Amino acid sequence: MWRFIAYRLLQSIPVLVVVITATFFLVRAAPGGPFASEKAVIPEVKAALEAQYGLNLPLWRQYTAYLRDLAQGDLGPSFKYPGRSVNELIAAGFPVTAELGLYALLVALGIGATAGIIAALRPNTAQDYVPMSAAMIGICMPSFLLGPLLILVFGIYLDWLPVSGWGDMPGDKILPSITLGSAYAAYIARLSRAGMLEVMSQDYIRTARAKGLPEWQVVLRHALRGGMIPVVAFLGPALAGLLSGSFVVETIFQIPGLGRFYVQAAFNRDYTMILGSTVFLSVLIVLFNLMSDILAAWMNPRLRAQYSEH
Amino acid sequence: MSDQAIVSITAAEQGTSLWHDAWRRLRRNRLAVCGLIVLICFIVIALLTPWIAPYDYTQQNLELGATPPSAAHWLGTDIFGRDLLTLMMYGGRVSLAVGFIATAVALLIGVTWGAIAGYAGPRVDAVMMRVVDILYALPFMIFIVLLMVVFGRNMLLLFLAIGAVEWLTMARIMRAQVQSLRQQEFVEAAVSLGLSPAAIIRRHLIPNALGPIIVYTTLTIPSVMLLEAFLSFLGLGVQPPQTSWGLLISYGAETMEEYPWLLLFPGLALTLTLFSLNFLGDGLRDALDVRGARD
Repeated sequence: MWRFIAYRLLQSIPVLVVVITATFFLVRAAPGGPFASEKAVIPEVKAALEAQYGLNLPLWRQYTAYLRDLAQGDLGPSFKYPGRSVNELIAAGFPVTAELGLYALLVALGIGATAGIIAALRPNTAQDYVPMSAAMIGICMPSFLLGPLLILVFGIYLDWLPVSGWGDMPGDKILPSITLGSAYAAYIARLSRAGMLEVMSQDYIRTARAKGLPEWQVVLRHALRGGMIPVVAFLGPALAGLLSGSFVVETIFQIPGLGRFYVQAAFNRDYTMILGSTVFLSVLIVLFNLMSDILAAWMNPRLRAQYSEH
Repeated sequence: MSDQAIVSITAAEQGTSLWHDAWRRLRRNRLAVCGLIVLICFIVIALLTPWIAPYDYTQQNLELGATPPSAAHWLGTDIFGRDLLTLMMYGGRVSLAVGFIATAVALLIGVTWGAIAGYAGPRVDAVMMRVVDILYALPFMIFIVLLMVVFGRNMLLLFLAIGAVEWLTMARIMRAQVQSLRQQEFVEAAVSLGLSPAAIIRRHLIPNALGPIIVYTTLTIPSVMLLEAFLSFLGLGVQPPQTSWGLLISYGAETMEEYPWLLLFPGLALTLTLFSLNFLGDGLRDALDVRGARD
């Protein structure tokens, strides 16, 4: 297993290099530059700005300079937030985004997996239809609708919870976590129902029942591991997505997270910010996809045997 | 006479094929059939919209403004005095097209990619899945902006771009599924019978992995529709006066206190599509599940 992990981490180096290189040239290929939108900038000032950030150098020089800084963990200065480095901006936004993402994941797993398993135990009965219909409403309820709706009901009419902010008032973390988590909960509910149904018709479940195990033990000890495989495969990218922030939820609830930076950076052509976020996001993706693969291997003994072979 | 007898025997043999059986079971699932009918109705309406829409969707009537449903405007009008039913019919064209085309692209690439990665052994798997990791990490927004600038605002291109992103998770799920199947006895049996890997993937692995794939497909269609709404909202997707259900919902959400019907009806259309898709998807899943079949 350790060899497998080391092997995968080694593989992630070329992945990161390709991502960084592709993004570096992609953002510079997009028309417009970081200082193109400021109308009042006189040519001399613009030239000075570009010189200051090294944008007047040939492209390959810019690229090698960026890689050199990156190797030392320096993501460079932000073009749009003068005087602040990309490292600072990410360090400021990430704890907020990570906390929100974690709560949202708990909401998603708690509600989603429970609903999916309950539904799969008695397919095509009310016990299946009720939680699955709720999940479907969760899926078609985009966060730009669910967010305002929750604010309206719990923030304004009932006046139970604050409508915006993060960590300023007690309870202001509840609504954004539910908003962000519910979409994922719906996915997880559907995937775990499908996975459980797949497993429940397998021979080893029949064997477990034939041994005379009570049904809850059959489900928890035998079916759950196999049934959650699709959920785990989904969880890797989902977690990376959660931790890179959500533009919509952060905007609705006025949360100072990473998601807003990322979208704004794309529109502003804030080259270093885009690159920095991308590097950060790709590290997260590599790590979480690895974790989800390890979890899948742990849950599936056949796969585990295959990994320990090499 | 003898010719006829042979023909009828082959017909009976064909009757046991996976898809034929599945169709037979599907027809007995009332909810799935309802879902199928609703979807077909929506698609037919979307195709016929230019001829049957009650009003012109570009025509504004600012004096009229937003009005609740009435005899002249069945679903009311939006803040520009445009007929909501007309907007929803045209919006449905965009939403359904993006939903189905992008998802078809995602399905095609994702299932093939995931099945090969899952079956081909560790080395090929490592390379293929690292490609997926790379594509996950690339900044999607920049990619879309670039495409729009290079190729202009081309709707079909937007659909393809969305599909090209959505296939990644599909590939991961398919791969996980294939990996858990490939060690099973029936695959070993197929290998020892000398079937080629391509045939094993096509005939044995994909049909057995269909359950989660179908479910994920029915999840991808709405999420693609919402992604289109998000991109349009940022000015990267369809542009006014063109519209889509997702865009109508996002505008409706802004004015839901004053003009709730602007949110309610587009939301209902999306929800109804989704419920139909899900019932159809579940029906398909059950119909294709040979082990769970009781007949």
